[in-house]
This record gives sequence, C-alpha cells and structure tokens, in this order.
Amino acid sequence: MEQKITSLREQFTLALNNAASAAALEALRVEYLGKKGLLAELMQSLRTLSGDEKKQAGQLINTLKNEVDGLVRAAAETLQKEEQKRQINSAKRYDVTLPERTEHGSYHPISLVQREVERIFVTMGFTVEEYPEVVDDYHCFEALNIPKHHPARDMQDTYYLSNGQLLKTHTSAAQNAIMRKYGAPLRVIFPGRCFRNESTDACHENTFFQMEGIMIDRDISIANLIYFMKTMLSEVFQRDVKVRLRPGFFPFVEPGFELDISCLNCGGVGCPSCKNSGWLELCPCGMIHPRVLEMGGIDPDEYTGFAFGLGLTRLAMMRYGVKDIRDFNSGNLKALAQFTQ
Amino acid sequence: MLVSMNWVRDFVNLDGLDLDDLIRRFTLSTAEVEDVIRYGEGTRGIVAAQILSVQKHPESRKLHLLKVDKGDAVVDVVCGAPNVREGMRVAFAPAGSSVGGHDIGVAQLAGHKSNGMCCSEAELGLSDENDGILDLDFDGALGTPLENIAELSDTVFELDNKSLTNRPDLWGIYGIAREFAALAGRELQPIDRANLADYNDLPGVKITLESPLCQRYSALKVEGISVSQSPLNMRTRLSRCGMRGINLLADLTNYLMLEMGQPMHAFDQRRVSAVRVKTFDAPFTFQTLDGQERNIYTDTLMICAETTSNDTARPVAIAGIMGGLDSEIKDDTDSLLLESATFDPVSSRKSSSRLGLRTDASARYEKALDPEMTVNAIARFLKLLQAIDPGVRVSSRLSDARNFAYPPLTLTLEKHFINRYTGIPIDDSQILKILTSLGFGVIQSGETFTVQVPSWRATKDVTIPADLIEEITRVYGYDNFEIHSTRSVLYPVREDIGKTQDTIARDFLVARANLHEVHSYLWCDKEKFAALGLDVEENIRLINSVNPNHEVLRGSMVPTLLSFLQENRGYAGDFGVFEIGRVIAGTDEDGLCRERKTLGIALFSRDADEETLFFRLRDRLSDLLLEIKRLRPVFLKEEPTHAWQHPVNTFGVILSNIRVGTFGTLHPANARKIDKKAAIVFAEIDMHTLAELAAAPIKYREPSKYPGIDVDLSFVLGSGGIFAQIADAIAALGCDLLSAYSLADVFEPDDGKTSVTVRLSFASNEKTLARAEIQPALDLLVGKLQTIGIALKA
Repeated sequence: MEQKITSLREQFTLALNNAASAAALEALRVEYLGKKGLLAELMQSLRTLSGDEKKQAGQLINTLKNEVDGLVRAAAETLQKEEQKRQINSAKRYDVTLPERTEHGSYHPISLVQREVERIFVTMGFTVEEYPEVVDDYHCFEALNIPKHHPARDMQDTYYLSNGQLLKTHTSAAQNAIMRKYGAPLRVIFPGRCFRNESTDACHENTFFQMEGIMIDRDISIANLIYFMKTMLSEVFQRDVKVRLRPGFFPFVEPGFELDISCLNCGGVGCPSCKNSGWLELCPCGMIHPRVLEMGGIDPDEYTGFAFGLGLTRLAMMRYGVKDIRDFNSGNLKALAQFTQ
Repeated sequence: MLVSMNWVRDFVNLDGLDLDDLIRRFTLSTAEVEDVIRYGEGTRGIVAAQILSVQKHPESRKLHLLKVDKGDAVVDVVCGAPNVREGMRVAFAPAGSSVGGHDIGVAQLAGHKSNGMCCSEAELGLSDENDGILDLDFDGALGTPLENIAELSDTVFELDNKSLTNRPDLWGIYGIAREFAALAGRELQPIDRANLADYNDLPGVKITLESPLCQRYSALKVEGISVSQSPLNMRTRLSRCGMRGINLLADLTNYLMLEMGQPMHAFDQRRVSAVRVKTFDAPFTFQTLDGQERNIYTDTLMICAETTSNDTARPVAIAGIMGGLDSEIKDDTDSLLLESATFDPVSSRKSSSRLGLRTDASARYEKALDPEMTVNAIARFLKLLQAIDPGVRVSSRLSDARNFAYPPLTLTLEKHFINRYTGIPIDDSQILKILTSLGFGVIQSGETFTVQVPSWRATKDVTIPADLIEEITRVYGYDNFEIHSTRSVLYPVREDIGKTQDTIARDFLVARANLHEVHSYLWCDKEKFAALGLDVEENIRLINSVNPNHEVLRGSMVPTLLSFLQENRGYAGDFGVFEIGRVIAGTDEDGLCRERKTLGIALFSRDADEETLFFRLRDRLSDLLLEIKRLRPVFLKEEPTHAWQHPVNTFGVILSNIRVGTFGTLHPANARKIDKKAAIVFAEIDMHTLAELAAAPIKYREPSKYPGIDVDLSFVLGSGGIFAQIADAIAALGCDLLSAYSLADVFEPDDGKTSVTVRLSFASNEKTLARAEIQPALDLLVGKLQTIGIALKA
C-alpha cells in the first residue's frame, strides 16, 4: 500500500507539471480529489486492511490528499496571475488627453453675479423677493415720492405701454409693495430687470439688471447704512474695499448718497478706468424718505430705514471684464458659453 | 457747470487754505466735481507794454515790425497780429518769459530779430479770442506784471449738473461760495449792491401779469449807456465759465446769472417799455435771438411788450428760455429795460422740452429758483454797470409785480431724532454752526432746534427734518462717521418657492442638460422675426419706443429663442439655449398685463434627427419636473396656438392634471428659414403655474428582502396605438405586488406594426413570490389590452 501511495505521488507530480491550463488543472483535481477520484479509490481499498495497517495507510493517504490539494491551488493561483499579467500587458492604452465630447452648458453671467450677491445678503438675514417687470405709475414713481412733472422722471426714459402701464425703470418700483407685504421690521433684497427707453451702444442698454435692498427697523441710522454697504461690498469684491459717500439726489431717500468704492483697478491711485479720481461710483443709497415709508404703510416716527441699489449688469461687467454691455442680451454663445459656475 | 475759484473768493476769504483739498471736500459734501482746470500755469513774466511804432515787414504781407516799450526798455518785435496799431497797449511776453508752458526767447522771424511776443487773450488763457492780440485797457505804468491787471491764473472746476438737480441755490457762484464758507469755517461776504431805494421817486415800469405761471417779475429802466465792451476780467471769468463774450449788457446779464443764479434779460427800451406776461390762446411762430423760427404753443409763457398806442401785446421773449431777435440788445442800444423774474418750474421745463430748446436760463428756472432773488439781482446788476459805465442813468423806480411767494418754512429738529438718524453723537455746537453757516436761522431750546429755512433752500429742496439731517451730516463729513452694525433682531429667512425652482431649473439645465442660459428682450424684434417668417402676434405695445423695430411685447419666449438658434448656427452642430424670463400673455379683465415668468428651451441639432432631439427634450423636461416637483409629467397632444408650432407634434405638458407648458417641434415653414438641415425642438413652461403646484412628498418603501420576479411581455401596438394605453392599463391593475415597470425594448418593423416589450417587476415584502401568485394580474392585463386592440406578441 505504501508503495502504491508513493507511486501515485510520483504520477501526480508528473501530471501537475504537464497541466498548463486552468482546465487541465481542474481535470487533474477531479482525477485525484474528486468523489470518485484516485485518492478516494485508494481510500476504498483500505477496507481490506487490518486495524493498524489501515490507520497508518489512512494517514499517508490523507497527507497525500492535502499535498495534492495544496499543489493544485498553488498552481491555479500561478496560472491566474499569469493570465492577469497577460491581460494587463495587452490592455488598450486610453488617451486621456482626448478632448471631451460633450458640450457643457453655461449660466448667464448675470445669473452668476446675482446668485453670489444674493447669497451674501441671505447670510446677513435678508429675504430675496421677486417683482414684476410691468408696473404702474404709482409704484414706479408716485409711491417713491416722484410726483408727476418731477424732473426726476426726465432722468429716466420710461417705456410706456398701450394699456397705460409701464416697464419698471428701476428696482425701487418694488419698494412700496414689499413694505406693504412684510411691514416693519424688514430686510429684503429684490433683484430685477429694468428698462430705459434709450438708444443702445457699448455703454448703454435699454434692458439691464439691478438689485435693490432695503432694511427697516427702529433706529436704523446712517452709520448702519455705511457699515452694511462696506461689509457687503467687501464680500462682493472679496477684499476690504474703501467706501466714501457723497450727497446724491434721489427723491425716495433723504439724505441720499452716491457711494464710491476705491478703484479696484488701481487701488485708489488714479487710472483710466476711474478717470484718475481713484474712485468708482457704484451704488446709490440713502435713508428711506419718511413719505415713502408712510406710503408703504410704515410709521416714519417709529421706524427708519436705508435703501441701496446695485447695478448687477455693471457688476458683471466689472467682474468679468465685459466691455460691451450689449453682449448680455445678444444671445451670442461665443460670448455667453464661457460662464460656468 | 464751471466754477471759477477767483470768483468764489470774491465772496469768501480762502487765503491760506489748500484749494485742492477744499474742492475734494466739496465733492464729498456738496456736489460732484468732475474736472479741475488750472489756468495760468506755465505763464510768467508777462508785462504791460505799449507799441510805439508799427512798420510793414518788407518781405511779408502779414508781419509787422514793432517798437515796443516794455517799461524798462524799448525792444524790436516782429508781430503777425492784424490788429496792431501805434499807441496800443499790449500784454507783452519778453524774451525769458513763458506763455502757456512755452519759453519765449529772442527769435529771427523772416530775417528780423524779435525780442518777445505780443499775446492774444487765447494765448494767455483769458478767453478763446485769438483773432488778434489783446488790446489792453490799462493806464498804469508800463512794465506792470500782467497778473496785477488780469486774472491770469485761476482754478476752475466743473460740477456734474446732475448732482445739482435739487439745489437751485448752487446754480450761481454765490451759492457755491456759501458752501465753501461752511466747509472752510469762514465768513460769507455780502454781495455789493446798489441802493434801489434811491430811485423810488421815479416813474414805474408798467408790468401786467396775466398768468399764474409768472411767479414774480421785477424790472428797472436804465439809460445813457455808452460803454459797449465789458472789462477784461469779466470777459475772462465768463469765458472760463463757458460763456462767450458778446457786448457789455449781454455779458452783464450772463455775469449776473452765473454769479447769483438769477437769469436776467435786457430788452432794448426802444422796443420794450411796458411788459405783459401771458400765454396765448392760439399757437404762433416766434423768432428767437438765435435767428430760429419757433412754434409757440398755448401753454408756453411769453413776455410781451405792451404798445402804448393800442392795447396789444407783442411777444418779445419766451419766458425763462430765450429772448426774441427783435428786441435784442444791439451795439447802439443806449437804454434798456432790465428783467429779473421767476417762473413756474414745471411750466419752464415743459416749454423748454417741447421747444427742444434748453438754455442756461431754462436749466435754472426748472430747478425752482428763489423768487426773493429778483430784486437783489437788479441791485447787483446796477452796481456792476455803474462801476463800468459811470455815466448811466436809472430812469425808473424798481418795479415789482408778484403772483406767488413760497411760504416761510420753520422746521423743528429734536436732538434724539438727529442721534437716531445719524447713529453717531454730534455736538449741539456743531449742529448750530453748520446750519447757521448755510444760512439757516437756528434757535436752540433744550433738546429742540427751531430752524428757519432760508428762502433759497425753501423752494423745494428742504421741506422736512430729514433734509436738515442731510445738511448737518454732509458738512460734518461722512468720512468722519464711526460706522457700526444694527441691533436688529434676527429672524429666519425662508426662500420663495419661485426662487427655489428657478435655481433648480438653472442648475439642471446647465449641468445635466448642457444648455446655455441666455437673456432676450421683452419685445418682439420686427426685423428679426420677419427674417424667420415669424408673425409678430398682437399684444400690448410700447407706445414710445425709440426703436421702431421694438413695438410689441412678446407673448411667448420661443420666437426670441429661435432667433438665437439661427444666429448661433455657426457655434456648434448641436446645442441648446434656455431662458427664465418674462412674457406678457395679453391682459386680464382689468386690462392689466398678464406677466408670466416663463422658462423657454430651444434645441438645435444638425447631428441628431428631429425624433432623437424630440425625445431628448421630452426626457429632459420630464426629469426637470421630477427634479422640481418629484412628479413626472404627461404629455398630451394639443392644437397649436401659434403659427410657428408644428400642426401634429405639439403637446401640452401636464403635471398633476394642470397644464404647465407646451412642447413640440417647429412648423416646417419656419424651420426651413432657420436652417435647412437642422432639427429644432422647443418647450415653454409657465413657472408661475409651476410654483403653485405642490411637490410630491418622498414616499419611502421598505426594500423587499425577498427576491422578486421580472416578467417581460411584448405587445403589438398596431396602427394608432400609443404606449400610454399600456401604461394606463398597468396603472389600472392596482396590483400591490407590482413594484415597477419599464420599457425594455421597442421594435419598429417595416410593416409598421410597432411592438413594445414591457418589463413588469413584482415583489412582496413578506415572502418569495411564486409565478402562480402573479399570473392572474398578467392575465388581466393581457385581456384588457386585447379588448382595445393591443395584442400580446406571439
């Protein structure tokens, strides 16, 4: 029996060396270790042996069995590794530098600037409000302390409509409705599209975006207004901007200001883009006129507030270096497709 | 408006102060200075000299050889000016001096030595006059430095007129001087005036005001005028402030207007001796002094001369705008009727814009001038005239007719109001000082200031206590404010649903659908539309558009997007655009615009066919609405409502049984005009309607732990059958075990018998399903579809 076992081992070693594929190896495994394999058969033949012999031979067969099993596994693993190596070596080399095939979409630059400014104000507790483009004389002028025949109406070339309404000339047209909707205290920004009936050129558009903000509460002061403007503009331009206020006349604020920021281009030394003044006129603002508060249903003896306007179109021009304002409404994808989030 | 600092300094002593810094503070406290011009820099060493002899240059027709006495020597000069004459006094630039930055040396001119140059007014920066050399009216010693005679140097700054809109008092130098006095803390000097009471015994000027549009009309007659040219310094100031010198009387009225802000008019007394101010019942034409014939309408106020013989009124000037040619001051005018008046600001503005004639006078009148200024201006005029032409005689007493006076205005200002409004503590003494320096009368009693508004600020500018806050703070200086945040209570900010869905839509369309966001105009462009064969549909119109192509507002966003597709054909073979903007869908029952926030999408492809593009857009729309509302829309075929929609492939987009938009392909007639080969599809969603729909909640279903069964069934749709019939039948099963279904395959053979394969997925949360348990549902479905002509494929 011992000899049988030895010769079977030699026979297996020979066969293993010849098994060059996974299939041959599997066949070999079945031939030796299968239910009716050679080792099982050998185990069967032990039945004829006596106790001690049986035990000894059984141990030898088991040893061989473990040996065969281990060798087959090891051989299979080697084969697999070789196979993977072959696969890797023959794998296609991808050219990752090939250009992308899908066209990527783009945001309108105004949307990007608007979103950014809105986020800043939302973090400061402001509500964002929408307002129609078609308004009436009352909201666009009367409720803003601009009575009929007021020269301020001449400053804004208004588009009048065949039904007596008009296209809003400024976002301020929303002030009255917003005051009435929320009451005091309130802090709201309202971006929107505005219209001026004028000929267009690189610096003038009849359709443009503004964003206006108002904050009304007890004891809102000029000192608060300057603080908020400076904080907000520093966030918008992501640097500490210097601001200065000059008197400015707008019938719906008193006092009214023109707010300048130190020129972003030259830092205030003076350059062509600030006409050598070192300052850029950016943002009209002021303390809301008591009559405007009153018409908005807010008691001016109890509440004060400030209002400011930001030219979103102008901001987008500054931010992206757009030189021709007409590009925004041109629909020209060569210009517009460049703006991604 | 141009402001001469020399002129300002007539009224306020600014000696020892940094003018540049003062001008900078003027911008910060009063009105924007746009430009600063410096005169006299680079000009030095000019002296008064006299031409002793004039000789023709032997070789030149233009040049003369002069002997010039420059005080310390007589020198030879070659001069090309046409107006040289013996004995003439000139401004002489000797060798070694500089004129406008050019050094003057000894020069050879056409073979003759020239030891300097006789200067023109323009060369010296005194005016634009350059036709000849300055004829110096000066009797003093030769060799006197010119700066002692003329205002060679000056700092002139230009104010942005827009920033003066609400400040009628700043339309004159005196008002500007008052600001400088307040800013510098110096005293404002009174204006030197003649005493008009001296003439109270003379006969008056007959003035009849027949219209309330004339607020006040003051007049004075003066005779015996013999001087016709204004003095050099007056001409210099006028020129530097942008006015051309004409003759003494015209220059004087202009000088007064610039100095006090009060427009004046001098009529030739031969033409006007009594005045009527009125409007006319019928339009007529009138020749203004610029020679133009102008149409005068019935609402335009006219100054008329009353003829003594009969009672007719002959128009001689458009009130507050421009005088007539007929009564203009001529060179031989020796007697005048001087007008100093104020008119209704609104009427002045309307008349001036109607006439298309905006003058220095009308620009001032429309700002609401102070009627209290008219008499002072006459007294000032007379003072200046008498100084220049001592022989003049006043031939009437001051005559003054008025219709209107602004009521005196007193405001009460509480200290706590000032503190609350400014947010900073300002001393009482500072408040008093600032208001007083600006001409306000102030009485303080405890915490209360009683403020009398001066007449020149009370015409419209200052009306409420908040206006006084501005006066105090602007002079205090905004740069000096200590700024701080508010003490407001914080409360949560909820984003508007409309806003949220815009953001989702933008992100989805850009990042997932790869579309480009555009903005287009609210109106139809007639020309562009015509090129694409798009009708401009009847809608609300712009009634005053400066561009005749832009007249009708858009009722749909699609046409404006289609024109973008056409214009971007060269951009890419396959692209799409979208816009979230407004359209005007006609009017409501009150006649008001139905303004709708709309999402428009338009796709263009030369690479994909129309069908592919159609389904691409349908899938994106469906995904977009799922993204916004967690609901899939259904698309229902509908009749086109616009001529450019495709008669067959036009669909309504339905969400929760509400139509939220439309979607489809383009009418072939328009498609061809945009691009012969490209496929075009578009959609339009009403974002307002969408915002009103509730979003579906997320309904979580525990995933089954047991394996499910997928069953594929193929059906033949036959002619006219659509997939929705199968979907409806599946939904009607109401089978709890059916967890999902999907379209596994579509087969379109040439015989037109389209078949679809539906995969039905069944699962139970309680056990592993057996086929037998779902068979009844399958049988029911097959049976149902059989009855509507959709057979199970063999």
